[in-house]
Amino acid sequence: MPPATKLRIRVDQKKCQGHNRCHQIAPSLFELDEFGNAHEIGDGRVPAAMEEKAWLAKANCPELAVDVIED
Amino acid sequence: MRERPPIADWATDFDHTDPLWTENPFPIWDGLRQKCPVAHSERYLGVYLPTTYEAVRAIAYDTEHFSSRRVMVRNARPEPPISSPPITSDPPHHRPAKLLLLPYFTLAAVKKLESKTRDVCNELIERFIGDKHCDAAAQYSRHIPVRVIALMLGIPEKDSDYFIKWIHEILELGITDNTVLMKAIYEMSEYFSGQIELRRKKPTDDLITSLMQARHDGKPLSAEHVVGTLRLLLIAGIDTTWSAIGASLWHLAKTPSDRKRLVAEPALIPTAIEELLRAYAPVTMAREVMKETFVCGFAVKPGNMVLLSFPAANRDPAMFPEADKVVIDRENNRHAAFGLGIHRCVGSNLARMELTVAIEEWLNCIPEFRLDPSSPVTWSEGTVRGPRQLPILFG
Repeated sequence: MPPATKLRIRVDQKKCQGHNRCHQIAPSLFELDEFGNAHEIGDGRVPAAMEEKAWLAKANCPELAVDVIED
Repeated sequence: MRERPPIADWATDFDHTDPLWTENPFPIWDGLRQKCPVAHSERYLGVYLPTTYEAVRAIAYDTEHFSSRRVMVRNARPEPPISSPPITSDPPHHRPAKLLLLPYFTLAAVKKLESKTRDVCNELIERFIGDKHCDAAAQYSRHIPVRVIALMLGIPEKDSDYFIKWIHEILELGITDNTVLMKAIYEMSEYFSGQIELRRKKPTDDLITSLMQARHDGKPLSAEHVVGTLRLLLIAGIDTTWSAIGASLWHLAKTPSDRKRLVAEPALIPTAIEELLRAYAPVTMAREVMKETFVCGFAVKPGNMVLLSFPAANRDPAMFPEADKVVIDRENNRHAAFGLGIHRCVGSNLARMELTVAIEEWLNCIPEFRLDPSSPVTWSEGTVRGPRQLPILFG
């Protein structure tokens, strides 16, 4: 198991409009459904090596739909 | 052509077809943003212009007070407005119309068109690379999106001259000439009705047939809905991306440091593409005010249109540090080039793919190039902004 961090990501389905910026930045953290809307993969837990990408995904979402939660 | 009275004051009398705006709108928007973030003009039967990210965002999200039933600011407002779902749809009609289209424009769907797009780019470059000069708008960027959307819709590439003519008539001449606009819409509708008729006899594997077979609440879409959507896909799929490719090449031609960096670091291209989309976002949308409300403290009244300037929002320094500069490796870039809210551009993945491939293939084949000083760069008029003549020297 790769070392996990205390970060979790979550995509707010009420806000996501399918810009796909998060998936473009971090395809290992976000998956896309048949309509192109993004979802966090699994429980949204962010591996240590992906922390920076998780914050970038949040910073680039035009709809403010990506949350990064620090447990 | 109608004589346009000179602008008295940009804050109270702006005009999105004024030659100054066409040539370089950024200083105009910068001035307005400081002076009156929601400007108003009596032209075009009354229109507001928000120039801050905050105001543009607020209007884009407010479908109660602002309708999408008209998406162009023009001299005329025919009733009923021309319908091209889902771009002209408001809730609750918008969502089902958009859901029908979204599966055809996902990242995975668009990926299947990538290799064909590369072929188109290389075929175009091959035609002029021996000349050591070209018009990168007329000979390159303009042909890429039209050929890809023709492939998706299943219509002949050889008809692309018609498409480009209709789009010019609708998006540029149509702002001030209603007769030209209505004639182009009619011709386009007749063209698509003919395509639908062909498929009634013999269904094909393309988006037109898919729309004809689509069901909403168990019922097929009306002929008017299908034709309206096809007009939208053709209009929105061509001019916009053509403009983005052209503006990006224009930037790289006049900015050797950025051009060299992208040639040396191709991994930076996706980041650079987002920055070029921010700085040269081609598309300004429109809304119609339906009910009186306030936007960032400014009263807006029914009877007026709104020029929803995503390009101006993208240049707001309150949102983007060094907003007026192209920072080719900008990492925090929440740009609104593809809109905000429910009307996010359905073709954004397609546009991004075409733009990326067009720049990659160009830089592969022509890593060294510059503007040709002997001939001017000209820009389109209206609400889709990009170079229409882009003379380039290379080799």
